[in-house]
Amino acid sequence: MDIELKQVRNTLIVRVEGELDMLIADKMRSDIDKKMDNNEIKNLILNMEKVSFIDSSGLGVILGRYKKISSKNGRMFIVGARPQVEKILYFSGINKLVSMYGNEQDVINLQGR
Amino acid sequence: MSTSSGWAIMNVKNYCKFEILSLPENISFARACAGAFASQLGCTLDEIEEIKLVVSEAVSNCIIHAYENRGSEIITIVISLLDDRTLEIIIEDYGKGIEDIARVLQPSYSSEPTRMGLGFTFMKSFMDDMEVLSKPGEGTSVQLKRSFMTKDKEALA
Repeated sequence: MDIELKQVRNTLIVRVEGELDMLIADKMRSDIDKKMDNNEIKNLILNMEKVSFIDSSGLGVILGRYKKISSKNGRMFIVGARPQVEKILYFSGINKLVSMYGNEQDVINLQGR
Repeated sequence: MSTSSGWAIMNVKNYCKFEILSLPENISFARACAGAFASQLGCTLDEIEEIKLVVSEAVSNCIIHAYENRGSEIITIVISLLDDRTLEIIIEDYGKGIEDIARVLQPSYSSEPTRMGLGFTFMKSFMDDMEVLSKPGEGTSVQLKRSFMTKDKEALA
């Protein structure tokens, strides 16, 4: 599992790779929070193109980051979720809170408008 | 809990049983094994993904709740093919047990605010049958069953 963080202006892009379970959830939570606490971050894009599996531990991290971003009046986006991951995101209802898009560019275009 | 030990092997078509230490590193191993074993039933990739999710949730529960993140305890997993199309998965721990099972099984119940309380909801939703046996101080056994439409039967249907 790899986590890559990239900041573009006040947007944090998080690219995750592998299986998003309990083993990864803690590291992902602390990596994102550290970056959010130390920088001017308003919005968060979670790129899940390379995530092959997610369970409730992974969903918990997403929900927690959503709450954190929302408390700063920012927005969170999920991009590139594969069908099997997307199914779980819908099942959990996270799609009602976090907007889902095809790729990072879709969100960047949206913000440019 | 001793559900799997007193259990009749002759009534199953095939089975596998293994133990893991209660470490997060072992969750992916447990779900991959379950998925690989279940593939004998000729189920779809989507169905295999659902089995992996269910096992991931059950094993995570053992680590977080039953053993409160102690990594030195044992989790037993028994996966059986009861017949040509029925899979049974039993996941057992010997941890603190559940006082009020009905409460824990409520959707979005969670003992911790940072978690979503979806574990048992996933297990119930993606399996046909779920039974939770637990004794405080002794442990918990989660028994899951699901029947699949096999490829042969689909062709006949």
